[in-house]
Amino acid sequence: MNIGVLQFPGSNCDQDAFHLFANGLGLPTRYIWHKDTTLGDVDLVIVPGGFAYGDYLRCGAIARFSPVMKAVAAYADKGGLVYGICNGFQILCEAGLLPGALIRNSSLEYRCVMCDLTVEASTPSFSPSVLGPTVKLPIGHGEGNYRIDEAGLARLEANKQILLRYQSNPNGSLSDIAGIRNEKGNVFGMMPHPDRAFERFHQSRDGLAVSRAVLATKFPELLAKTA
Amino acid sequence: MKINVFVTPKKNVLDPQGAAVGHALDSLGFKGLKSTRIGKLIELDLAGADSPDFRSKLDQVCRDLLSNPVIEDYRYEIVG
Repeated sequence: MNIGVLQFPGSNCDQDAFHLFANGLGLPTRYIWHKDTTLGDVDLVIVPGGFAYGDYLRCGAIARFSPVMKAVAAYADKGGLVYGICNGFQILCEAGLLPGALIRNSSLEYRCVMCDLTVEASTPSFSPSVLGPTVKLPIGHGEGNYRIDEAGLARLEANKQILLRYQSNPNGSLSDIAGIRNEKGNVFGMMPHPDRAFERFHQSRDGLAVSRAVLATKFPELLAKTA
Repeated sequence: MKINVFVTPKKNVLDPQGAAVGHALDSLGFKGLKSTRIGKLIELDLAGADSPDFRSKLDQVCRDLLSNPVIEDYRYEIVG
């Protein structure tokens, strides 16, 4: 199982994500540069947090047009597993790999807090029966206010595409949405940071189980290790 | 050719930035405000002439890059 972590100019959680997958989960992990046009042999592509291309114009708007994102779109189209965290979630929305968009927090403040998140029954592995009813993950963002039109929200609900909801909404996000997946179930995105919740000294280590739940979409044998 | 592209939050999308500036205007004594919305002005200067083909390319970059159609509307003016 090979993990690839994208690196854009302005990514700043690429090393955290690398550390989570390489050392937290013990999986072969490598970086993929934004100018690369191929992904190589990977089973999961991480689009990490940060401020790719300075977040100029809109968060994720420029990153979407980088060479590597063409390869990511083709990979996702073939059913490849993609996991966007924070700025990575914003990039996947801009790229149209996930529905909706993320706008400025309703408070206009950058919010950096630990969040209690309700786990929704979204997939066999991403569900309260695997993860428990609540997970604790930190957020750190100024633009995490999820928006989608009414028909889009109805589709998300009907297809069980919502992964996590804030129990105390920190950013004004529609329907308390903190993370979603695409309809096919191979592209995941969330504002909270599993890559900041896995070390013994972190307030929470739920980042491990949440990331395993994403990986288990393709590798159900991982769930045995969760117990 | 000079083009001004205006990108604004969609009417039904809340604009926290506009709301905050609206509150500040009100506290400055600028009363009677019904709404304050904040968008972007993007000034383009390029070689070439206006044509239907050019307009369709311009519309495409407005939709693909300069605005996000999920949350924003755009319009443009050719100003010179």
